[in-house]
Amino acid sequence: MSNQIIGGPGLFSRRDDSVAKGEPLLTVENVSLRFGGVRAISDVSFDIRKGEVRAIIGPNGAGKTSMLNVINGFYHPQEGRISFRGQTRRRMRPSHAAAQGISRTFQNVALFKGMSTLDNIMAGRTLHMKRGFFWQLWRHGPALDEEIRHRRVVEEIIDFLEIEAVRKTPVGKLPYGLQKRVELGRALAMEPDLLLLDEPMAGMNLEEKEDMCRFILDVNNAFGVTIALIEHDMGVVMDLSDRVVVLEYGRKIADGAPDEVKASQAVIDAYLGVAH
Amino acid sequence: MLYNIFIDPFVQMAGAPDLLVQALWDGLVSGVLYALIALGFVLIFKASGVFNFAQGIMVVFAALTLVGLYEKGVPAYVALALTLVVMFLLAVAVERVVLRPLVNQPDIILFMATFGLTYFLIGFGELVFGGNPKAMITAQLGLPRGVIDVEMLGGRVSFQKIDIAAAVIASIMVAALAVFFQKTRIGRALRAVADSHKAALSVGISLNQIWVIVWFAAGVVALAAGIMWGARSEVSFALEIVALKALPVLVLGGFTSVPGAIVGGLIIGVGEKLGEFYWGPLVGGGIETWLAYFIALAFLLFRPQGLFGEKIIERI
Repeated sequence: MSNQIIGGPGLFSRRDDSVAKGEPLLTVENVSLRFGGVRAISDVSFDIRKGEVRAIIGPNGAGKTSMLNVINGFYHPQEGRISFRGQTRRRMRPSHAAAQGISRTFQNVALFKGMSTLDNIMAGRTLHMKRGFFWQLWRHGPALDEEIRHRRVVEEIIDFLEIEAVRKTPVGKLPYGLQKRVELGRALAMEPDLLLLDEPMAGMNLEEKEDMCRFILDVNNAFGVTIALIEHDMGVVMDLSDRVVVLEYGRKIADGAPDEVKASQAVIDAYLGVAH
Repeated sequence: MLYNIFIDPFVQMAGAPDLLVQALWDGLVSGVLYALIALGFVLIFKASGVFNFAQGIMVVFAALTLVGLYEKGVPAYVALALTLVVMFLLAVAVERVVLRPLVNQPDIILFMATFGLTYFLIGFGELVFGGNPKAMITAQLGLPRGVIDVEMLGGRVSFQKIDIAAAVIASIMVAALAVFFQKTRIGRALRAVADSHKAALSVGISLNQIWVIVWFAAGVVALAAGIMWGARSEVSFALEIVALKALPVLVLGGFTSVPGAIVGGLIIGVGEKLGEFYWGPLVGGGIETWLAYFIALAFLLFRPQGLFGEKIIERI
């Protein structure tokens, strides 16, 4: 359905097909991250395959968000390697990660509060806009054409996420659920190959959660965006994801299909505690 | 007494309109220059949330570099170009040495760092170019000099040509910056950085690049302000006091608003001159130095975000 609204030549025409569907898009190998004496992540390895929805779960403080921060370059792990589309890198800046096609949302919504919904999502197009400083000062011809072209893509995203009504509203005024949706819109505007979602449904009511699930599945199916998400709602995780990796105290304790993970004794112990 | 405060000044204004026009013009011109200085503050505040205490000294430093280079035998226009290069290098240095190591620190720490920058620039400027007041190289830069006298309203009003030039140049700069901030990708990126560093990073905006751009822009604005102020008096570190007048302008106009800086500058400039001219004698004169702060204080009571400032939206 959303295919017709948005799947035209505009959005996501830049698809990168260097990695075949089902092949690893991102590989995390033996990554360890320390803050001073605190081990946030210890020797974790897993991969994310092109086209799948990959969930990262675990109790609070398990290192899930740290893992996302490592993937998009906010944190630099002391040990281990990360390969994205077959390219291995040791240190990467967030702007490079963004340029390579990794976009994300945040646990506690990080929007540009003073700016409108439209401008927030336009900000997601930053990397796709090429006209330099002086063109922009002039603001006619090529720079203006470019602005219009990108504006069209952004309007498609707004349609897709059903937030037309709040296009011009400063996002600081929006209710939390809508802010999360705008944040998703901004991440989508980057036309990512890999989309990282940090608790996309935290603090939402049932109806908002269902909407968000639908959007995530649409993004995955219709646009073929690979998704890695952190979520605490187990029902959501089991429904949405193809494979699940479970972290506890910075270590990986399980990895596999949702049903396998659910049956794993280590996971049950982590969540319910063990009698000693 | 009440007559002296509320009625008499207006009677005087009506009685001698030529003097009123002269006072208004003088006020507007200093207002434009205040606005130009305030603009430098706004640029940096918008993009990095840092109140740049050093903006005033950047005005002096830019003017001093220009004049200092000229005195060392560099032709005027070459000196101007070189000064622009120096301001660019300053922006890069500030980003590398001050901002980058302090990323994610509270705003107050960055504010204190700009204090440090202020004293560094004073010391560095004096070391290289000496501490003596210098005359601005107005004629050499091709700026007009002299006075245009206009007979009007039964008297004679004189317009300094340099003031007219200052008003024109400042207006062009302000207009360009306003459009740039509102309508372009880089402008949007600047506002984005101001709102949330991590979100800006995640969409691929490079903080380092943005910071260099704003500090350079603020440096260019400072140079323009320095040339104009320098042409009206002289180039010395005493100018910093004048530059601090930008503070009440910002309180009035709002720290985040380019139009606010302009309107605030004009209000303060005109208010100061009219106040000095018509109400000053009531208290023995000399109110020009503090009237601006008084107006700003009164304003704070009623509209703390300033005339055009963004009202901070806080959902509770």
